[in-house]
Amino acid sequence: MENLINIFIKSIFIDNMIFAFFLGMCSYLAVSKTVKTSMGLGIAVIFVLGVTVPVNYLIDNFLLKKGALAWMGDEFANVDLSFLSFIMFIAVIAAMVQLVEMIVEKFTPALYNSLGIFLPLIAVNCAIMGGALFMQERDYETIAEATVFGLGSGVGWWLAIIAIAAIREKIRYSNVPAPMRGLGITFIITGLMAIAFMSFMGIKL
Amino acid sequence: MKVEKVREPLFSTKNKKLLTAPLNKDNPITVQVLGICSALAVTVKLEPAFVMAISVIVVTAFSNLVISSLRNTIPPRIRIIVQLVVIATLVILVDQFLKAYVYDVSKQLSVFVGLIITNCIVMGRLEAFAMANKPWPSFLDGVGNGLGYGLILIIVAFFRELFGSGTLFGMQVIPDSFYAAGYVNNGFMILPPMALIIVGIIIWVQRSKNADLVDKS
Repeated sequence: MENLINIFIKSIFIDNMIFAFFLGMCSYLAVSKTVKTSMGLGIAVIFVLGVTVPVNYLIDNFLLKKGALAWMGDEFANVDLSFLSFIMFIAVIAAMVQLVEMIVEKFTPALYNSLGIFLPLIAVNCAIMGGALFMQERDYETIAEATVFGLGSGVGWWLAIIAIAAIREKIRYSNVPAPMRGLGITFIITGLMAIAFMSFMGIKL
Repeated sequence: MKVEKVREPLFSTKNKKLLTAPLNKDNPITVQVLGICSALAVTVKLEPAFVMAISVIVVTAFSNLVISSLRNTIPPRIRIIVQLVVIATLVILVDQFLKAYVYDVSKQLSVFVGLIITNCIVMGRLEAFAMANKPWPSFLDGVGNGLGYGLILIIVAFFRELFGSGTLFGMQVIPDSFYAAGYVNNGFMILPPMALIIVGIIIWVQRSKNADLVDKS
């Protein structure tokens, strides 16, 4: 249990998707104009990461890894399909996003309407693919760890986009030098926020 | 009767423009805001940045070429998945190639080679250009956008490696006498936040030279 909490905190604050690895920057920059829309996108990302990371974990451990096919019989025990992982992960992500979209549309049409175009776009959000690849690289031991890692990364991303959206709403009233307006100042603020987030480094529970 | 088919020369002015526009006025990172995700994490040293730039050029160029030659046969409803499969195949090729020939660099790049799949530059150029244009211009467009991306990567990596470790491509450029006189490497340059701030400064410099690019709002 302690281990799980540790992974959760670590993936939110220390290995933050945006501030430490710059993943999902495209939608982070494009959608962070108002807090309301970024809230919707952030929640969708938490949701999709929480679903796709464990599914990809199962695929990696029971199909792709070296020796993962041992359950099919001895002659498969040495098969290593890990070179297929990119194409499998992206297919799972695209399929899961489609599925999530259909479920959300059916059961909560209000949420579906507010998420709008962002839901399908999550399929090509680097944070999701990055979550799957980091899960593979870090070799989590149980599916619970992988799920917690997925949710934690999602929460970290949500936190980052809400924070930048709130700052951008305020900065509209300031006198930013013209060439810096929009993209330039957003980059610099993100850099400063990343410095602030670095103070979490080394925290262990 | 012979029909003279007018053929465009391979490097006509229009085609040349496809190559050069993304380097400055139409840069994928600083102007189109595409593909920032994987751009910044690999810029601590010049070598991985260089390898990453080449990989992205290869993937954008060839995926543009393939999709553009298939553009009339792909049903529009499933085009995203077709594009993803083409991109993923190319990325797997690049990844296996890197693992075989430059294993050290491929270890440093870790997940970021795989992330070329979801790099918005590739998808963005496929959607915006390759689906509507002939193979050769699409190929050039891919190379051009890859180069524009690589240019920013190399600039950022140059400053980060020079000031952060005092080296370029792993070779020491700041003389020992500087260190003896009390010069210290700026360890801050190696940390992630500086990549963001350097890109912010590049955007600033580019936009103050080029008034058309300034945000109106």
